[in-house]
Amino acid sequence: MAGVPKLDVLICGGASCISNHSHDIKDKIHEELKKKGIEDDVRVIETGCMGPCELGPVMLVYPDKVFYQRLKPEDIGNIVENHFIKGRPVAEKVLVSETTRAIIEKEQEDADFFKKQTKIVLSNCGRIDPENIEEYITENGYAAIGQILTSSNPDDVVETIKKSGLRGRGGGGFPTGRKWEFVKNAENDQKYVVCNADEGDPGAFMDRSVLEGDPHCIIEGMSIAAYAVGANKGYVYIRAEYPLAITRLEHALEQAREYGFLGENIFETGFSFDIEIRIGAGAFVCGEETALISSIEGGRGNPRPRPPFPAISGLWGKPTLLNNVETYANIRHIILNGWEWFSSIGTETSKGTKVFALSGKIKNTGLIEVPMGTTLRELIFDIGGGVPDGKKFKAVQLGGPSGGCVPEEYLDTPIDYETLIELGAMMGSGGVIVMDEDTCMVNTARFFLDFTKSESCGKCVPCRVGLVKLYDMLDKIVKGNGELEDLEKLESLCHSVKKTSLCGLGQTAPNPVLSTLKYFKDEYVEHIQDHKCRAKVCADLVTYTIIPEACRSCGICAKNCPVDCITGSKGVPYVINQDVCISCGTCYDVCPFDSIIKE
Amino acid sequence: MNLDELRKLREKGQREMMQRSDKAQYRIVVGMGTSGIAAGAREVLRTFIEEVNSRNIKDVVVMQTGEKGYSSKEPVVEVFTHEEKEPVVYGNINPEKAQRIVTEHIVGGVIVEDYQVIFGD
Amino acid sequence: MSTEDILKGYEAKEENLLYILHDIQDSAKEHNLTDSDLKKVADFLGLPVSRVNGVTGFYSMFSKRPRGKYIIRLCQSPPCYIKGSVNIYEKIKEYLNISENETTDDRLFTLEFSSCLGVCGLAPAAMINDDVYGNLTEQSIIEILNKYQNLEE
Repeated sequence: MAGVPKLDVLICGGASCISNHSHDIKDKIHEELKKKGIEDDVRVIETGCMGPCELGPVMLVYPDKVFYQRLKPEDIGNIVENHFIKGRPVAEKVLVSETTRAIIEKEQEDADFFKKQTKIVLSNCGRIDPENIEEYITENGYAAIGQILTSSNPDDVVETIKKSGLRGRGGGGFPTGRKWEFVKNAENDQKYVVCNADEGDPGAFMDRSVLEGDPHCIIEGMSIAAYAVGANKGYVYIRAEYPLAITRLEHALEQAREYGFLGENIFETGFSFDIEIRIGAGAFVCGEETALISSIEGGRGNPRPRPPFPAISGLWGKPTLLNNVETYANIRHIILNGWEWFSSIGTETSKGTKVFALSGKIKNTGLIEVPMGTTLRELIFDIGGGVPDGKKFKAVQLGGPSGGCVPEEYLDTPIDYETLIELGAMMGSGGVIVMDEDTCMVNTARFFLDFTKSESCGKCVPCRVGLVKLYDMLDKIVKGNGELEDLEKLESLCHSVKKTSLCGLGQTAPNPVLSTLKYFKDEYVEHIQDHKCRAKVCADLVTYTIIPEACRSCGICAKNCPVDCITGSKGVPYVINQDVCISCGTCYDVCPFDSIIKE
Repeated sequence: MNLDELRKLREKGQREMMQRSDKAQYRIVVGMGTSGIAAGAREVLRTFIEEVNSRNIKDVVVMQTGEKGYSSKEPVVEVFTHEEKEPVVYGNINPEKAQRIVTEHIVGGVIVEDYQVIFGD
Repeated sequence: MSTEDILKGYEAKEENLLYILHDIQDSAKEHNLTDSDLKKVADFLGLPVSRVNGVTGFYSMFSKRPRGKYIIRLCQSPPCYIKGSVNIYEKIKEYLNISENETTDDRLFTLEFSSCLGVCGLAPAAMINDDVYGNLTEQSIIEILNKYQNLEE
């Protein structure tokens, strides 16, 4: 039957449909299919309860998504003839209802979440047992290191990585192959390979997921790097907040040693390499490479000026290759599939895939991996399912505290390292935080500055003092005491801090302020001129009032008010004394009759 | 370890995977990354093991894996059968739902659609 | 394990400092580092005490203050903030009667903040010692705290 699409017929096998003789329907379908000779084109599946029991027996036909209700054996001949063969659903038996739509939409959402993804880095995550090295080996594990040790020289490996176009996944996007080349060319008898697993950017958790779900791919990626640059010792620096990642990696290291993938004379080639774990202790700045190096050495995580770059003078002054988890996770795939394959994915300047962490006001949260060049809209609406609870999308924050907020009108931009910087955001480690109409952009900027000012190591003045000043100015606006000229001061101070700070933390910390000023200036102006916060977040700019007509005088608000500013009595509507009210919102939350308005 | 030994190990693994699914009618795999655990995957894994043991179901293995990335559906559980290549994926599972999966899917052979997450092509 | 026993397990190299401090703190009854610990560590590694002190002060997870048996680390990341971590904080404050960096009178809980716990898909989240809890609500956090309280009875 050429031309007939392959169909899946799902017949409900729930108790209710079975008692309504769904098995007779199923038998009848098989009979008709056989009669028409199209048994191979239609697959009949009995499912669990689909839900709408009162409409049973029910049947769902894929991929057409046609839902049949109240079926009788005598309907089947007609459906097989007209729908299955001729492609015309039998309208009088088709149900289009909220239930159908809900079932179909649910499946659609789930499907989109996976369909638009391309998994390279996450290919093993959630598929193999991370504590069993043999499962990794079964998935072609350690084949890449075996291959290059026995048949490539270090130059070839560096060349392959260069040609692949892979760029650092930790934030900056520096070409990985060039970094490898620097370290390879550095003359020294001792070199190190380091993996930055100090995933500090709030809103990003792909590195944790890879270390927990596929730790051997990091060991293999680092081993390949070590061979390429001429190192014999590696360190993985993991934040202490990730105890499970640490345990899984420790376990993987032991197994790798036991199987001879780490240690002396690996693959009988005379190559020796081993890896140790170093653990952080709660300092965001340690994600910065020079700070990370001093932390591995056992010191305070203070950044130092570059140059010299770690490639020349890193750990204990020796040439050191530093890449992050996601970067290392790509390496074995590039070796096994070739640089041509890798560079065929992505955009002109950014090759391969990127893992993003979707969080905030988004329906489907989680980790997703897409080719570079995917648009933000696809990420947020197709894969992420959009903003929940019927709220309106306002902005998406990319790149953590170093990044920026992008408004709706730029959502169709294909994402790569360059386009994001043009938008005033950055790739960062791939945190995507979605904000809806209930998020205040000024308050968000203040929130990020609160974060960066407390994470500043304090070594250089622009960052230590500048960020506090920026925070104070934002705080003034949020509290309703801002003046219009503050906006200019704010912007100019942002630029000074960016230009003069010592390390990446200070150089990028003003970005959340600059990007919100650029795209959401009207919200700043509203806070200052109208003393209004449209998201109703900034407590000092929000007032709560009891609607007398709606008040049932239950007194619950007065009982819960922390400053006792609500008065009233039985039969008389309660009133809030605005002079005393601290706008905490407790009364609004506890009122059982929704009689309090917030504005 | 040399290349030849690695190849043999890989082939052995691939063979065992086939055999494993031959022997076991069902393989229940629980996502045990931090996201899964934070949503209660440990209790879910324990429930599966207890249910399978207490009902003395022979041809089922319970295993763990990392996270699939679908945080809003954690804890995520997959049920593999040896006939189907793709597993049935369940989302937002708790101990009660795990019991229902054992009763209806593992023992009864009927997928619990209420909890199912449908994959794309 | 005593501080001396912990030190015996390490080579006297400065790069082991963070590991040593973690170890001592984890095995200390009150999850903290005392001046006498720091002095012993400094002597062992051949470093000035000021240096060990400086490192201890730099990292937010090290504490010289005595802390409770269970350390609650409430995630303060933007995703958690957007999903209402402030309400969770208020609830903990109200229920345990402690604020940031304070310990309950029964020495059971200390409340701290973390910049990000990396479970953003399940925001808001918190960690209690090594266990992570996600999708917190004002109700679930109380149930979780109760679980730890009941362990003591």
